[in-house]
Amino acid sequence: MSTGSIAWDATAGTTRKPLVETLHDWVTTVDHKRLGIMYVLFALLFLVIGGVEAIIMRIQLMRPLNNFVSPEVFNRMFTMHGTTMIFFVAMPLVFGFANYLVPIMIGARDMAFPRLNAFSFWMTALGGLLLYSSFIGGDGLYGAGNAPDVGWFAYAPLTSQTFSPGHSTDFWTLALLVSGVGSIGTAINLVTTILCMRCPGMTLGRMPLFAWLNFVMGGLVILAVSPLTAAQLMLMVDRYMGGHFFDTQAGGSAVMWMHFFWVFGHPEVYVLVIPAFGIASEVIPVFSRKAIFGYPVMVGATVAIGFISMSVWAHHMFTVGMTSGANTFFVMTTMAIAVPTGIKIFNWLGTMWGGKIHFRVPMMFCVAFLFQFLIAGLTGVMLAAAPFDWQLTASYFVIAHFHYVIVGGILFTLFAGFYYWFPKVTGRMYHERLGQLHFWLFFIGFHLTFDLMHVPGILGMPRRIYTYEPGRGWEIWNVLVSVGTLFQAVGILVFAANLIWSYFRGAVAGNDPWDAWTLEWTTSSPPPAYNFATIPEVHSRRPLWDLKHPEDPDWKYE
Amino acid sequence: MSTASLTAPAPTLPWRLPSKGQVGMYCLIAAELAIFTIFVVAYLFYIGKSLSGPQPRNVLSPPIFFTICLLSSSITIHFAVKFLQAGKTRSFALWWLLTVVLGALFLGGTAREWHHLIYDEGLTIQTNLFGTTYYSLVGLHAFHVTAGLLGLSSVAIFSALGLVRQEHAERLEVLSLYWHFVDAVWVVVFTVVYIIGR
Repeated sequence: MSTGSIAWDATAGTTRKPLVETLHDWVTTVDHKRLGIMYVLFALLFLVIGGVEAIIMRIQLMRPLNNFVSPEVFNRMFTMHGTTMIFFVAMPLVFGFANYLVPIMIGARDMAFPRLNAFSFWMTALGGLLLYSSFIGGDGLYGAGNAPDVGWFAYAPLTSQTFSPGHSTDFWTLALLVSGVGSIGTAINLVTTILCMRCPGMTLGRMPLFAWLNFVMGGLVILAVSPLTAAQLMLMVDRYMGGHFFDTQAGGSAVMWMHFFWVFGHPEVYVLVIPAFGIASEVIPVFSRKAIFGYPVMVGATVAIGFISMSVWAHHMFTVGMTSGANTFFVMTTMAIAVPTGIKIFNWLGTMWGGKIHFRVPMMFCVAFLFQFLIAGLTGVMLAAAPFDWQLTASYFVIAHFHYVIVGGILFTLFAGFYYWFPKVTGRMYHERLGQLHFWLFFIGFHLTFDLMHVPGILGMPRRIYTYEPGRGWEIWNVLVSVGTLFQAVGILVFAANLIWSYFRGAVAGNDPWDAWTLEWTTSSPPPAYNFATIPEVHSRRPLWDLKHPEDPDWKYE
Repeated sequence: MSTASLTAPAPTLPWRLPSKGQVGMYCLIAAELAIFTIFVVAYLFYIGKSLSGPQPRNVLSPPIFFTICLLSSSITIHFAVKFLQAGKTRSFALWWLLTVVLGALFLGGTAREWHHLIYDEGLTIQTNLFGTTYYSLVGLHAFHVTAGLLGLSSVAIFSALGLVRQEHAERLEVLSLYWHFVDAVWVVVFTVVYIIGR
């Protein structure tokens, strides 16, 4: 490590290495920053692929009785879109941010297990490649259709050999198994790093909230992704070895799969949104010029969300026919989770209250996130009521609800994170105007698509239908929803253009362009391979504040 | 970053953090426990739901001897690590080897049981729900024993070559944590398969 890092510094910007050597450096790297960047680039590539799949669906649904794609292709598109966006966009993005930032924020030189880190990334990458190899190999000898078409939660018995001949479902299950192993590896690494690698003085009570929230995320991944791995193993036993776990004709239970999938599936939402909260908790204080309001409450609320999120899964199954006792339990737990989440929203508002707010691009995304996540949470509470859910489950209302969480909540804060840390990662400032253009395009597109998508859901439009009859009152809504995706797509293009342009032409950022307070801003931009020449020592939650204001340091008040 | 200019309160306690290896291993064990939980739940849920024979009570008998082997290997590995911490590498090698032998005996026991079930009783993973859940759960455990044995055996080889020294005690303690976990899970699997499930 150390010799490599010295060579890297010495040659940066002076002599250019041959391309093969650079590639070799990246492929064999165990540096948490490079792995973080690779996670993020990998995720952005898949974001484009998953986005194209969404656009194909929206073109198909724009008019009634449309024939843009066949029903079979439509089934593949929604399966691949969901699987891609969750496992190969959202998860790698979250892991990429955590990988890059957590060690620097806690004053460490790398993750606890750098080689495990590289292994985990390549497992995730292999999973993504496997999933998309299905377009080539999924037909098998049966001519049974290429890509997986069983939906992203792949309910039994649709996944059995009888109903899914060919190999497409095998590609799906293997891809998730492999990437799941990668996720668990990264989670183990994150938790260990945060517990064992903090710099002197960085007690748990002084850790940046981003690190705290990723710690909770790591614990959730360990406890939630493992059941998915177990369920995939069972599915493979059924498909390859003729087992009967989910084979109803031999006494097996299809509902078991639902439970096993959602035991993973619901905590997964929090796996994704908790790191997004972490980004908001870093960006909002810096751009409000105030320390975070209610730090201990924030940590407590996060841990509470982590615990409660593991007891809400069957709210995805109200229509399956559980006992009324079980229904009541899951209604209560699901509604209970709104309490700590609401506490967080008030904490962020409390941070902004009376602050001197700077509306730079990261802050714009965070403010939009606050409102959008609130609405997403409110429709969540609506759907948590079992009778309401009986009426609207598997309709476009549910689709609108969880896209509000994932796009309006998670993706918006991830964009904030991109703009906030871009100067640190590349050493260059992004283009502010292009960033604002991205924000407004994406904001308009998001609201056009997902606000209006609630309406056809209430009017009875079920999810996963490839087309519909005219005259049901769904047409205008579907046109507007599809138009919204166009805005979002253009927004993403502007975003990509901004990243590329700023990487080459952006103004030099310096170490601390935001006058921020956490340790990543003490080191150079981009940070050297070893992060810190001397390991820092901290005395408060805002070590840089202490350094800049020795007359009024934070540790006097904490 | 220079903190020399700061007149912050000096830390009263020396800065100590938990061992990376142990925390990492505990995390891995937590993940493995979650996997085992799902398989155990499936086993418990499917008890008595097989539509055809053979049923567990007709073909299973508790492997008491091999269970004793596996559980006592937890004790031997504990002593092995203690000896290494004390710098007694010869005693370590002996107790470690004993652990490997006990683990291998257990695995042999599983192999014998499976051979009996497959060839004498005609129970395979395809036969019925009992076969599916039994081979999956016991097989998942046997897989973990195998993985542990590979680790233990490689240490045994290093120790035979005289390469294991006192300073490796901490790492071997981490490995022994994994082995304790494999043994502890067997207690659950044994209870579920041979006591509740029969």
